[in-house]
Amino acid sequence: MSEAHATLVAEQFDDVVQQHQAASLGMWVFLATEILFFGGLLASYTIYRFMYLPAFEVGSRHLEVVWGATNTAVLICSSLTMALAVRAAQLGKKKHLISLLVVTLIFGLMFLFIKFAFEWRNEYLDHLAPGINFDFAGPHARHVELFMVFYFVLTGLHALHMIIGVGVLTGLIIMAARNAFSKDRFNAVEIAGLYWHFVDIVWIFLFPLLYLIGGRYS
Amino acid sequence: MASASATLQPPVGEEPVNYLNVAYGIKSWLLTTDHKRIAWLYLLTTSFFFVVGGVSASLMRLNLISPQGALVEPDTYNKLFTIHGTVMIFFFLAPAVPTVLGNFLIPLMIGARDVAFPRLNLLSWYIFVAAGTLLLYSVAAGGVDTGWTFYTPLSTSYLNSHVVSAALAVFISGFSSILTGLNFIVTIHKMRAPGLTWFRLPLFIWSMYAASIIFVLAMPVIAITMVLLVLERLFHVGIFDPALGGDPILFEHLFWFFGHPEVYILILPSMGVISELVAAFSRRRVFGYAFVAFSSFSIAIISFIVWGHHMFVSGESLYSGVFFSAMSMVVAVPSAVKVFNWTATLYKGSVSYSAPMLYAIGFIGLFTIGGLTGVFLATLALDQTLHDTYFVIAHFHYVMVGGAIMGYMGGLHYWWPKMTGRMYSDYWARLAALIIFVGFNLTFGPQFILGFEGMPRRYATYPPNFQILNVMSSAGASILAIGYALPLVYLIYSLKYGPAAGPNPWKAKGLEWETPSPPPTHNFERTPVVTEEAYAYGSEHRAVTVSAS
Ligand code: HEM
Ligand SMILES: [Cu+2]
Repeated sequence: MSEAHATLVAEQFDDVVQQHQAASLGMWVFLATEILFFGGLLASYTIYRFMYLPAFEVGSRHLEVVWGATNTAVLICSSLTMALAVRAAQLGKKKHLISLLVVTLIFGLMFLFIKFAFEWRNEYLDHLAPGINFDFAGPHARHVELFMVFYFVLTGLHALHMIIGVGVLTGLIIMAARNAFSKDRFNAVEIAGLYWHFVDIVWIFLFPLLYLIGGRYS
Repeated sequence: MASASATLQPPVGEEPVNYLNVAYGIKSWLLTTDHKRIAWLYLLTTSFFFVVGGVSASLMRLNLISPQGALVEPDTYNKLFTIHGTVMIFFFLAPAVPTVLGNFLIPLMIGARDVAFPRLNLLSWYIFVAAGTLLLYSVAAGGVDTGWTFYTPLSTSYLNSHVVSAALAVFISGFSSILTGLNFIVTIHKMRAPGLTWFRLPLFIWSMYAASIIFVLAMPVIAITMVLLVLERLFHVGIFDPALGGDPILFEHLFWFFGHPEVYILILPSMGVISELVAAFSRRRVFGYAFVAFSSFSIAIISFIVWGHHMFVSGESLYSGVFFSAMSMVVAVPSAVKVFNWTATLYKGSVSYSAPMLYAIGFIGLFTIGGLTGVFLATLALDQTLHDTYFVIAHFHYVMVGGAIMGYMGGLHYWWPKMTGRMYSDYWARLAALIIFVGFNLTFGPQFILGFEGMPRRYATYPPNFQILNVMSSAGASILAIGYALPLVYLIYSLKYGPAAGPNPWKAKGLEWETPSPPPTHNFERTPVVTEEAYAYGSEHRAVTVSAS
């Protein structure tokens, strides 16, 4: 074990490689947990979608599909910049790393802003917030409400993950500015990247499931 | 004194530095990241919850002495079985073996200095304490009466008790378990000593690995289900309540998708303990090592596709019923494989009957009864009458108390000298094991008959013709209580007055016995190098050579 590495390795590990592998595996296992976390919700959603398809189509048409699509684009871009940030970290390019992380952070904040200010706010103003001001005239009102419940829980849980991600990115930027990363120390950036991509992928599922059901454009 | 440890002993009269005497004071415990100390934190907290669950059980059994209910109002009885079930499942048995024995032993058994993420390990404990505190709050504030299953719409629309805080307590405790499972999986993958290949691992490690998989995959589902339940209750939106547009059967599906794997979380770690005990006390390699190892794994997988056997009578289709019935029979096979292999190991072994072994033998017998009656319940037609009767209560207590707790007690007695460096009185320990065995069978044996004759569970009263068997059961429970109280006395006594145990009091194989008792903070003086398979009893050389670097 070389002297330079000794300070980077926590005492339970033999070397950097072992530490790195442990951290990555830990993140993958955590993502498995997350899949089941969202999975329970998505399974429930799918069951009700089949049971009450007409109501769910009605509910879906009340969502802001243009903003949803915009947000999808924003997140895909943020995934790209995050991937580039990881690359920059591996190559030890500090300036690149910081600017790419900042761009990713801005995309993340943009997503949250659109989500809350343009989508949730409008749905609230349309009296579509279940349990708060839900008021819907028309057939299937109960099941349209059910759709909105799942919409808010799913997007809310996703937004919560985004907020945590934004926090993590902020932390990484500060660490990067303080020279915490180098060519042989970029573990944190890498596993944060895994997390960020996972949160993006969840959205890639949520968008068609929630916004695009029932042949909206036919 | 054995020569192996002699080199580690400082001058006479002074105790060698170990994980216990390395630091004193409350802070050195509450801020520790040493897996061995965290195991003690868990031992104290889970034991506390065992007492809470035990007291509520005793009150229920006391009440059931008389057909009209000798002690409490039906409302209170409902709260008692809810507290009992919730505490025993989520706050005692699910965490106990993994977080106490697992935490203490996994790094020792695989020759590591600690788990992969020591601070996360401590965080799990704090999350556990937070969840437990919240649960105690719901009890103190007036209790919950949903049953540990939280069925909707009862829990969301009809009851006025503290459902939200109890559900959130379960939600939070899930994260503690997830983090523990994650930590163990990574530790077992990445921290094994040189030479310790997968098929040289002790079987306890295999079973902990399987249980960890279930932790990671089942706990998030109950967590999100509890979130939905709380939302429905707080906002009156119909997720599960049919009056509001939801579907209560969906709740049952989600709950049992978690619930059945959960019962294997309770039993798998104890099965691992039994493999260790059977090998050590019959001085033989476990018969069919690979089969036992893979049976843990297949239990973990198959346990995720049997949940419908809890719903045979609650509106699942006939085809689902047939499928889940068949799969439930299939999941019994790997458990049976274990039982056969343990008995085959005993055959022609030189068996000795120290206290831990008595518990192990108790486990094998009682678990077999619990498992076989489970197959009864998995039979579609029979479950129509047995569902929600005392037959079910007897069945799962045979598995959980007769199986899982027996294994836990056996493990505690086996590794106690390692954890404390002290030996307890073998006489008293064997006596306690015997009392527990007798008390247990008297408590839960009669309940099979009660259930078969039609006494439903979750009632504070019953028809007078059931009284004799109920009184037997309650008498058994008081014997059982004595059996559980005894270890508390002689184990604590041993801490101060017990003779020194030495590194390997059982002359057992395994890395944990190659280091002093209690072990030093980093477990081993030098990283061990493993050169032979697990349980190599009868071979002359030691399991380990000490590497130079
Ligand atoms: C140690 C001695 C124990 C005794 C005397 C005991 C006794 C009882 C009694 C009287 C009931 C209520 C039956 C009813 O009216 O439905 C019950 C239910 C239950 N017990 Fe135990 N029990 C013990 C240990 C355990 C343990 C260790 C577990 C752990 C995992 C456990 C899990 C349960 C569960 C899940 C229920 C069902 C609660 C419900 O209906 O919601 N018990 N037990
Ligand atoms: Cu089950």
